[in-house]
Amino acid sequence: MRTRPTSILRASVLVLRRDLALAFRRWEQVTHPVVFFLMVATLFPLALDPKPSLLADIAAGVVWVSALLSSMLALETLYRSDVDDGTLEQLTLSGQPLAPLLLAKTVTHWLVSGVPLVLAAPVVGLAFGAGDASYGVLMTSIALGTGVLSLIGSVGAALTLGSRRGSVLLSLLVLPLVMPVLIFGARATDLAMHGEAAGGPLWLLGAMLILALTLTPFAAAAALRISLE
Amino acid sequence: MGTWTWFHKLSSPPHFYRIAGKMLPWYAVPAVLLIAYAIYGGLVLAPADYQQGDAFRIIYVHAPAAWLSLMCYTVMAVAAAVGLVWRIKLAHALAAATAPIGASFAFLCLATGSIWGRPMWGTWWTWDARLTSQLILLFLYLGYMALRSAYDDLSKADRSSAVLAIVGIVNVPIIHFSVTWWNSLHQGSTVIRKGGPAMPPSMLVPLIAAFFGFTFLYAALACIRVRAEVLRRERNAHWLKDLSTRSVASE
Repeated sequence: MRTRPTSILRASVLVLRRDLALAFRRWEQVTHPVVFFLMVATLFPLALDPKPSLLADIAAGVVWVSALLSSMLALETLYRSDVDDGTLEQLTLSGQPLAPLLLAKTVTHWLVSGVPLVLAAPVVGLAFGAGDASYGVLMTSIALGTGVLSLIGSVGAALTLGSRRGSVLLSLLVLPLVMPVLIFGARATDLAMHGEAAGGPLWLLGAMLILALTLTPFAAAAALRISLE
Repeated sequence: MGTWTWFHKLSSPPHFYRIAGKMLPWYAVPAVLLIAYAIYGGLVLAPADYQQGDAFRIIYVHAPAAWLSLMCYTVMAVAAAVGLVWRIKLAHALAAATAPIGASFAFLCLATGSIWGRPMWGTWWTWDARLTSQLILLFLYLGYMALRSAYDDLSKADRSSAVLAIVGIVNVPIIHFSVTWWNSLHQGSTVIRKGGPAMPPSMLVPLIAAFFGFTFLYAALACIRVRAEVLRRERNAHWLKDLSTRSVASE
């Protein structure tokens, strides 16, 4: 029987389903970043004065810095186990273009590590006394922002795969690149918390997500081919 | 003779090593002369600013350093892209040699800005848009150098850091724009803007000389560093052994 070549779309869906199945079998991959996110957010009231007025002022910044650090932590797991067991080498040898496959992996990674942050963000907002009206903007901005973080992070993770000092190096590379995400995300949240229109920074976050979607898979594929040699 | 012959010739390490050695004085001498004039013109000849007094004179170091920190990043990213696309090792050597120079200029720019800020704004540091984006630029340099040093394999270090430099140069305008925007929303500008009338020629000419002098200085430093980089990379090559035996024989 002649087998038909697998289309790239189908290959991507297969990668996505495989990674999702693996993530839900290793449940800690989903829970650890969220727990870390909540812990970092808890540090701020302990370190600062827990006055309700101060906490409400810094709420947007706290949520965003915590989300940023948490997604840095989660990036470690993006390729690590697949490099160790040789899956990534098989993907590069599969004859499929590598960029869409890596995009599928990154999307899965965002579903596993970004979406829980989106769901947990209102809890932190609530604890810091942010207004009820801001939750929609908060969740939208975290959803868009963590998407950009995962995409840019996928390039950084691919670049640092071959080196031994992975995790600190990864943060050194990625943090300067994602500062615009932090600026716009925190700004949108802050505007919404003060009852102002947050459309501007949200659209800009969306534009950055589209730019990252179109460019980073190719950079990640190039970086991965170099690292795997 | 094809159009690209010079390019391929330039990309051969022995040829470049020789050319860079010959060009070095042509960059170093103008650099010394121009910077010497800029220092004399800036510190002695130029009149004191009507608003800032003598404190403004630090601009003759500060502004050229800011310009060079950006130019070095561009040179680095373009060289990295050339190295990645055409697989020219020498372009990677240029990128590697440029990064520490650019980082030094970025640091110099921040340090002089901070010294300038103390008498002008009454504080060593303010979260002004230009200061902040310069700081992020320094972080980008440090990340690039950290990635480069994380690999023992030179070819891997070259190409990985090249990808990072290219991703970085796409991001530089976004960072600059976002930081400017962030700052304009954050607070009304408490900083004394230089604005005012344009500079008189007695101030401007030394500044232009400083810009060119610093650029020549970069070219001279790049020549020295790329030569060292070539020596390090080609230490087992025949042409180097020939070169060293010949120079010993001539002495």
